[in-house]
Amino acid sequence: MSTVHAPPSPLRGMLPGLLLIAPALLAIALLYVVPLARSVIFAFVDAEGGLTTAHLRTAIELYGRDLIFTVLVTLGSLALISVISIAIAGYLTLGATPWAVTALRWLYRWPLFIPFIVAGQTARSFLARNGLMNGLLIDSGLMDPALAQSLLDWRGLVLTFAWKQVPFVTLLLAGAMASVDRSTIEAARNMGAGRLRCLLQIVLPQVRGTLLVGLILSLVTILSVLSVPLMVIAGNPTMMTAMMAHRVTYYGDYAVANALGLFSYLITAVAAYVYLRMTLSQHKEGVR
Amino acid sequence: MAIAQLARRGASHLMPAVMIGFCAFVVFGPLTNLFLWAFAEKWFFPARYPTEFGFDFWARVFRPRAGAWTSLFNSVWIALATVALSMALAVPAGYALARLRLPARALIMLIFLLPQAFPSLPIFVNIAQMFYGLGLNGTYTGVVLVHSLPGLVYAVWIATAAFSAVDRTMEEAARNLGAALLRTFWDITLPQAFPGLVAASIFVFLDSIDEFTGTFFVGTPDITTLPILMFNASMGGNYQIAAITALILLIPSIGFMLVIERFLKADVLSRIGR
Repeated sequence: MSTVHAPPSPLRGMLPGLLLIAPALLAIALLYVVPLARSVIFAFVDAEGGLTTAHLRTAIELYGRDLIFTVLVTLGSLALISVISIAIAGYLTLGATPWAVTALRWLYRWPLFIPFIVAGQTARSFLARNGLMNGLLIDSGLMDPALAQSLLDWRGLVLTFAWKQVPFVTLLLAGAMASVDRSTIEAARNMGAGRLRCLLQIVLPQVRGTLLVGLILSLVTILSVLSVPLMVIAGNPTMMTAMMAHRVTYYGDYAVANALGLFSYLITAVAAYVYLRMTLSQHKEGVR
Repeated sequence: MAIAQLARRGASHLMPAVMIGFCAFVVFGPLTNLFLWAFAEKWFFPARYPTEFGFDFWARVFRPRAGAWTSLFNSVWIALATVALSMALAVPAGYALARLRLPARALIMLIFLLPQAFPSLPIFVNIAQMFYGLGLNGTYTGVVLVHSLPGLVYAVWIATAAFSAVDRTMEEAARNLGAALLRTFWDITLPQAFPGLVAASIFVFLDSIDEFTGTFFVGTPDITTLPILMFNASMGGNYQIAAITALILLIPSIGFMLVIERFLKADVLSRIGR
């Protein structure tokens, strides 16, 4: 911290500020902008340096199923995350039983602090066919032992991603819901609206933007995590992250890995586009 | 009458109780599972629970030259170096973003947001390929650099918020009383921004301790951190060792998260991203 040199005066031009920020910007350029540019460029460059779409075609040919699987698992996770987060945040805002609200507030945050790699390991042993979850369900008489099955497939992925991301989205949502004008809620309650209706028709429309931001950040996370798919499911089809790693570690094939990466950018871009359209239409409604 | 009323009140608490119980099962069930594995001496199919408990595997993990100590030291040293590098870059940058005139400030903030806004796996893959050419793969420098990418993002955002939360009037008063700028920064600005900077360091430290993907591409097989050790144990079917490593990884995460609210005050939190 002693490396900081105070500038002569903030008003004497922008040089001091630029000097102070230059090292951090340079680091981001070398560690992020250059790799990002490479990942896009080398998806289209062949061994001789010419332009080609061969890598993209190989990626679709070999990993088309994984691409669809990735999209479906991601959508499933996001759907589960939204439903549970809305339910928890809604209960924290509108719940009528004070002790339950306090207990839930304390409970729901825990997975937020747990690293993905640890979540992957717990899921791997908890959701297995003879894992602890089935064991507890059988012993409590809730499940027939013959029906016990392993959840270590797409369901395991969806559950693990939701387990990790629900606290994050709930944290954002509950914060936004707390700042919603209480008087509109009270008015609706007085008119006889139930809690669920209140949540869905009064509170939720006002925090839609926050929910979308939380879901987009979760989407980026789900498309970036490598450890969970490697640990939770074996074999095909699997998430694109696992396939990229496979391509690089087993074949040293960076080109096809980059082509796969391009698809993960594309999914994120589509989500960003949907988000922008939704917020823009919301703005227009507001203007009207 | 009284009994009917009591029963009704009991029923109104039943639903929340069932819900809380279910949430507790979902949150703590998997974690209990981790504890059982960590202390299970014997747990073979078809036994639903461990048949023997003990510390045998703990002794095996922490035996000298077992690899766990090396990974632990690797993880801690790499995390400390990542914090040092990220903060050395982020403190001046945060001060400039919060206090000094900059061209295209919004664009600069956006650049520091981008790494969190797009999937990072292709980035790590390409960093690994670049580092391979530079001979940085499998070196501590390489791993620290790759950990500093997410670290720097957190650090710049929180440091900027911490500096903008500092009361400007006190700085001006110190300047009016004749303190030089460096002295004002050292005696007035830095102490006030310090809790926020500590919070930023904690985030960077935790992120580095838990980092898997970057280490997987840049560090392995030469450098083994705790997450890599856990991954290898788990993939090798050694669930006890994986569970013990996972518990060790949870200590800093939960410990730091319990104290972070003391460092990350609401006034700083509300300024993140401005």
